[in-house]
Amino acid sequence: MGRYVIRRLLQMVPVFIGTTLLIFVMVWGLGDPVAAMFGDRTPDPATAAQIRLEFHLNDPLIQQYWIYMSHVFEGDFGKAWNQQPVTELLKTAYPVTLRLTIVAFVIEAVIGVALGVFAGLRRGRFFDTGVLAMTLIVVSIPTFVTGYVLQYFFGVKWSIVHPSVGEGAPFKDLLMPGLVLAGVSLAYVARLTRTSVAENTRADYLRTAVAKGLPRRRVIVNHMLRNSLIPVVTFLGTDIGNLMAGALVTERIFNIHGVGYQIYQGIVHTSPATVVGFVTILVIIFLLANLLVDLLYAVLDPRIRYA
Amino acid sequence: MRGAKSAKWVVGAAVIALAATACSSSDDSGSKDKAKSSSGSSDGIVRAWWGDPQNPLEPANTNEVQGGKVLDMIFMNLKEYDATGKAQLEAADSITTTDQQNFTIKIKPDLKFSDGTPVTSSSFVDAWNYGALVTNKQLNSYFFADIDGYKAVHPDDETAAPTAKTMSGLKVVDDHTFTVKLSQKFSTWPDRLGYKAFAPLPKEFFDNHDAYLKKPIGDGPYMIESYTKGASMKLVPNPNYTGPSKPKNKGVLLKVYTSSETAYADLQSGQLDVLDDIPAADLPHVKNDLSGRYLNQPAGIIQTFSFPMYKPEWSKPGMDKVRLGISMAIDRKTITDKIFGGTRTPAQDLTSPVLGAAGGYSTSVCGEACTYDPVKAKQLITEGGGIPGGQMKLGYNADSGSHKEWVDAVCNSINNVLGNNKACVGAPTGTFADFRNQITKGQMTQPFRSGWQMDYPLIDDFITPLYATGGSSNDSKYTNKTVDKLINQANAEPDTAKSIALYQQAEKQVLTDMPIVPLWYQNGQAGWSSKVSNVKENAFSYPIFTDITVN
Repeated sequence: MGRYVIRRLLQMVPVFIGTTLLIFVMVWGLGDPVAAMFGDRTPDPATAAQIRLEFHLNDPLIQQYWIYMSHVFEGDFGKAWNQQPVTELLKTAYPVTLRLTIVAFVIEAVIGVALGVFAGLRRGRFFDTGVLAMTLIVVSIPTFVTGYVLQYFFGVKWSIVHPSVGEGAPFKDLLMPGLVLAGVSLAYVARLTRTSVAENTRADYLRTAVAKGLPRRRVIVNHMLRNSLIPVVTFLGTDIGNLMAGALVTERIFNIHGVGYQIYQGIVHTSPATVVGFVTILVIIFLLANLLVDLLYAVLDPRIRYA
Repeated sequence: MRGAKSAKWVVGAAVIALAATACSSSDDSGSKDKAKSSSGSSDGIVRAWWGDPQNPLEPANTNEVQGGKVLDMIFMNLKEYDATGKAQLEAADSITTTDQQNFTIKIKPDLKFSDGTPVTSSSFVDAWNYGALVTNKQLNSYFFADIDGYKAVHPDDETAAPTAKTMSGLKVVDDHTFTVKLSQKFSTWPDRLGYKAFAPLPKEFFDNHDAYLKKPIGDGPYMIESYTKGASMKLVPNPNYTGPSKPKNKGVLLKVYTSSETAYADLQSGQLDVLDDIPAADLPHVKNDLSGRYLNQPAGIIQTFSFPMYKPEWSKPGMDKVRLGISMAIDRKTITDKIFGGTRTPAQDLTSPVLGAAGGYSTSVCGEACTYDPVKAKQLITEGGGIPGGQMKLGYNADSGSHKEWVDAVCNSINNVLGNNKACVGAPTGTFADFRNQITKGQMTQPFRSGWQMDYPLIDDFITPLYATGGSSNDSKYTNKTVDKLINQANAEPDTAKSIALYQQAEKQVLTDMPIVPLWYQNGQAGWSSKVSNVKENAFSYPIFTDITVN
């Protein structure tokens, strides 16, 4: 298994280079950013030339990428247009988004799996139908609608919580955004768990476990749940990355200065350093989350082995 | 158990994952200060909406409103613009000239920056030299272009290196006196000095630049107490400030928001006191939501669209009639009411109402040419040979400012007049950067959206950069010798009223040629909470923070 992990880590290198190059080319394709810095005014050619020189904008694209990457490996992610080092932005934005992701992930995993298990065990009954209907509704409403509606009612109209997240993003402010962000995934987790549980309740090994007189709790937790969780774990694992990247909308609505906000700013101001820097870290998180999921399979199902 | 052995590897991989992201989770040291600085208006502090400044907070490098807002609070210039937009002496004791070209500036004695260092003539001279020098890459360097010796520190040629570090036109006489020689006569030049690019800078700016940018120091009514980039800035009254705009509150907390919709929700729930960017969707019910705590007044911004005058099909003889006809085919009143909910005012000249009649704003200079007249419009367009190619594509950038709505409305108006629903269509460009690039490179073949936000409330700022031959923002590459001559005469004219009249003559000529179509003036808006009062906006549409009182 050790070799497997090492092989997977090595496989990340080409994926990493490929994705960063792709993002770099795409942001570069948005056009010369210098003109936008001057607003509705024609750039002063001499000043513009100086700025282009500083950011290597006159070099061929591949060379710019090379310069950028060689700095990245020295821990220097370049500068955003407001001269703020991107590493500084990364340091402030990632912890905030990480916190939001943790809140959303806990909500999604705990509530989602719980709903799914209960619905699966009571298949076809009122609770099950209720969960199916509710999750269908949640999936079909876009995040920004849930976001604004909850914000208006809980934050503005009834003043139960702050409508926006304060500085430093304390956990209590993150509950509502976390719920909004987790919403759609929660519905998927509940439905996945339900289907998987419902299928396994009829499995032979489960009948055997019941027949040999094991206590009900042991049957459900050790035999049924462990076998039912494989598709759910796959989903949850990939969803960590999705939650972090997909927080763009939620972060805007609830004033969370995280990754989504910074990437948005980077795109609006055509700042390749910001966008590539943030996406690079996201790519690493995606890759590692995927690896973790694959390894977790082996924990959940002893039949799966990696050589 | 097999599972347990595998679990070891999971833990191992998890450790690597954490190590890889560890660099991003070590910034909790500052969070205590942050919690303190976000305390509410109960302690006399005004909490106001803010957007992240796009450039470092250097006076000569800030060309957008969010950075400008801060500079306005922390700097006192030689002259400052009052609520009506008139330039009044503040840091300067006197600015005198005999020939409209050589100026002697005397600074008030005993002025101090908030760090206690004195404001002297070198504070100004060094700051201006820094702003002009091309290697400092200051976006506003062209503001110093009228000073003699600018070409030596800021050559026109992009590849040439500067031959001097300071402008020969600036001379320090003593601690409180300096002289300025301009490259040509310019009578209203001193009135420009209220623009923040002309702010004085303390020694700290030059000696310890990085530290300065973390916490800029000025000589204005407020000083910065703490600044967390991308999040908030807390300003408190500057004890060394002796000017006329002493703050009437205990400070201002500027909070960066990810969107103005969120800020609006915060304003309604009492988490924010002043919001000067009301989201478009909330405009119809803003007065109700805030019980009338809302203002909507003209700002120094005019929206237009420009014709590419460098394309023969748009500038050949006869096309002047078509351009005029297109202008007259636009129903400005209906569009400003329906699309903008009254937050725009139909344009009647090329300036802005903030100038006031005395400053050169005129409701009559455009006259018929800016008035909706479908019959005459159609007649003019037909006489002039019709729209080139049978269709005009009105260009705009799709990434910001929701331009699509009004562009479609303008096109509809033109199409209705011509009875042809293909005569005008909107042509979006993906990003603002790309859009501006095409314009500045002169690659536009069709009319395109343009606009102008004034730098300082003077008529020359609405005319010279936009319509003089080779003007810095003459996007349509319009050129007319009469206009150029009138602008030069106006600059040299010592009498302000006569100078303004000359600018208006130039304006009249521009409107006859119609290289751009004036659309409407943009208004500044602000909403505020019940915890504050006396919220007003100045000519730049910044809230006048010094006057706001906390109830």
